[in-house]
Amino acid sequence: MSYAIYHPTVARLTYRGLLGRRRAAILFALPALLLVLCVAVRMLTGADDDTARTVLGGFAVATMVPLIGVIAGTGAIGPEIDDGSVVYLLSKPVPRPTVIVTKLLVAIGVSVTFSALPTLMAGFLLNGNSQNLAVAYALAAAVASVAYSAVFLLLGTVTRHAVIAGLVYALVWESLLGGLISGARTLSVKEWALAVAERTAADGAVSAQVGLPLAVTLLVVVPAAATWYAARRLRALTVAGEE
Amino acid sequence: MRPDTTTTPGAPGTTPGTAQDVIHNIGYRTYDGPRLGRAYARRSLFSQSLRGAYGLGRSARSKVLPMILFGVMCLPAAIIVAVAVTVKMKQLPMEYTRYAIYLQAVIGLYLAAQAPQSVSRDLRFRTVPLYFSRPVERIDYVLAKFAALASALFVLTATPLLVLYVGALLAKMDAGAQTEGFAQGLVSVALLSVLFAGIGLVIAALTPRRGFGVAAVIAVFTISYGAVSTVQGIALGTGHTGVIPWLGLFSPVTLIDGVQTAFLDATTAFPGGEGPGAATGAVYLLVVLAVIAGSYWALMRRYRKAGL
Repeated sequence: MSYAIYHPTVARLTYRGLLGRRRAAILFALPALLLVLCVAVRMLTGADDDTARTVLGGFAVATMVPLIGVIAGTGAIGPEIDDGSVVYLLSKPVPRPTVIVTKLLVAIGVSVTFSALPTLMAGFLLNGNSQNLAVAYALAAAVASVAYSAVFLLLGTVTRHAVIAGLVYALVWESLLGGLISGARTLSVKEWALAVAERTAADGAVSAQVGLPLAVTLLVVVPAAATWYAARRLRALTVAGEE
Repeated sequence: MRPDTTTTPGAPGTTPGTAQDVIHNIGYRTYDGPRLGRAYARRSLFSQSLRGAYGLGRSARSKVLPMILFGVMCLPAAIIVAVAVTVKMKQLPMEYTRYAIYLQAVIGLYLAAQAPQSVSRDLRFRTVPLYFSRPVERIDYVLAKFAALASALFVLTATPLLVLYVGALLAKMDAGAQTEGFAQGLVSVALLSVLFAGIGLVIAALTPRRGFGVAAVIAVFTISYGAVSTVQGIALGTGHTGVIPWLGLFSPVTLIDGVQTAFLDATTAFPGGEGPGAATGAVYLLVVLAVIAGSYWALMRRYRKAGL
């Protein structure tokens, strides 16, 4: 049986859910802050590759991208399951895999727009793409956004505490444990994305802990598996009341 | 039981002469027990919110996260104490004031999980108007919620310090110095608890969606800290050390760090150890107090219209 990949009405509803009213504020505020920060840093220090690496690698890719991924990924489905309105969506003759894939595409679109584009602009602001840093980190932000969206969308269908679970992964696993235990870095979306950036940027400009073949494999396999399982979860969804 | 008055059967409400709009006495009685009043309601709201912040009195699933975070918060203290006692250290390897700064991610997650739990559900299920139909006033609700979350955070941040202190005394370290450090640590985490609770509640009270409140709270804390420490690191690397103390004013964690560096004998976690001096520290303290007062004001404003 084949399914349509994209359902425009589901997409429109998801967009409205993600960018409606106050939710858009935080999504706009984060990239805006990054750009303000870049302007301030540029005025403080001038164009400098090390500074660009610190801001793009340490702040944009390590902090901003996962956060936007959590908001977009879990926000695409979590609130609907949380308040029970997903029942109205599921009672329509739309295949559940179509619902999941559409929501995933919307989440990817939103998170790439709000994380990769600002990262690219920030890179050009900081050092005018010297050593290809801006493009490399923007690419890393884009592929990380795809992976984060898929993984956090899955979390949204698995647990009611998806946002917390996603934040624990992003903050505790990737940042805290990734800094202490090298094994944790292998299972880190950030490092997979940095492996892509390592290849794109000039030699030695970006360093990643994971080899490129492994990273690309995981970047393809993990989102695909997550999406497949999310679709499965949605088929067997029971709508529970608020605890 | 038949009501006292009935209308004529067959033609209800049409026959002239019979009483059509009678209030039937069906035996309701007025409440004549003790009325416990506003102060009691405020205390109840406080204790219910405080217990709720650790999942007590709620479902087992609600207890999991706060209890795990509480355990994670205390675990390093227990390890430090165990090591210190075993190898007979002369003093603890970590200052009391530094502990909360190290574990700020855990505190942030706890706050992000519990602040929306405390206020967003009341907004989403429209229970706020029900609260205000009781003797509880707006100020009682805000104060009870604020105090409850601040107390919950204080329990979370002060317990590991207590573990450290007891461990230090058991290891026969200098009691005077340890007591002083412990007291300074307590003042610092008390200030931190009130500051964080205020910021967390204001953000959480803006949205009835719990998941979104969680993300917004954590975004404010991590992003501001990430931005501040990134710029501070760059300022250090490029020799602009003079701006480092001033940059710390822009994130809650560095605010607390600055205050305790200036007034509580703490070693700063700022890059290069460029903590604020007493004069800059006064600005830090003023900003902290202003933010606390501002969040109280914002909450009072938020609940002026009780509905949503």
